[in-house]
Amino acid sequence: MSIILHQGAFDPWLNLQQHQKEHLKTGAYGATASFVGTMRDFNQGEGVNSMTLEHYPGMTERELAKILTEATEKWTLLTGLIEHRVGEIQVGEPIVLVCVWSSHRKEAFEACRFLMEELKTRAPFWKKEVLLSESERWIDKNSDGY
Amino acid sequence: MSIAVKFFASLSETINLSEAHVTYQAEMTVERVWQLATGQQPRLNNTLAALNMEYVGFDQTVSDGDEVAFFPPVTGG
Repeated sequence: MSIILHQGAFDPWLNLQQHQKEHLKTGAYGATASFVGTMRDFNQGEGVNSMTLEHYPGMTERELAKILTEATEKWTLLTGLIEHRVGEIQVGEPIVLVCVWSSHRKEAFEACRFLMEELKTRAPFWKKEVLLSESERWIDKNSDGY
Repeated sequence: MSIAVKFFASLSETINLSEAHVTYQAEMTVERVWQLATGQQPRLNNTLAALNMEYVGFDQTVSDGDEVAFFPPVTGG
C-alpha cells in the first residue's frame, strides 16, 4: 500500500505501472481498478484558469492511510495506491490517482469506489480556483459522486 | 507548554489567522481552544476540528502540548 503527495505534475499511468511491477507478482492479480481525477477548465458554470490545492501536512497522509487500511479490512486486496497533487495545478493535469489490485473484479471495483468517495469526504485537501476573470474562489463542497 | 492551533483554507482567510498558541487550562475543550485562539470570533456550523491530526467534536477535551486544527469541509480529489 502506498500514499504519495506530489508538489508538481505526475504521470498516474506511469506510476500505476511502476507500483504494479514493484509490489505484485505476475499471475497473482486478476483485477486492477483505477480512478484518475483531472483538472477541468470549467466548474459551476464558470471558466477556470488554474487551481491551488492546500492540505494539512501530516494529517492528510494519516487520513489517506486510514482509508486504505479500511479498504483492506472490507475487501481482499493485494495492494493499493493513492497519489494526490498539492500546490498549484494547471488545467489538464491529473489531481488524484486511486488504484487497487485484487484477484477478482468485484473487490477491485468496490474498493476503488470506496477509496475515492472516502478521500473526497475525509482527506484534508482544499481547492481554490483562479477563474478566467482572474478572481479567486474557494470550493466549498464536492460535487455528488453518485 | 501550550496548545498549538492551526487554521486552514477559507477559514484561515476569513478569520485572518493561520496559527496560534493558547495556554493550556484544565478540562479545556476544543471549543474553548477556538474561543481563546480566535478571540471569540463566530464559527460557521460546518467548521471541522482535528486533535493531533484526528477528527474530533468540539466538546473533546485536550491535553497540554496537543495540536488542534480547524478547517472547512474538505474538497480534495
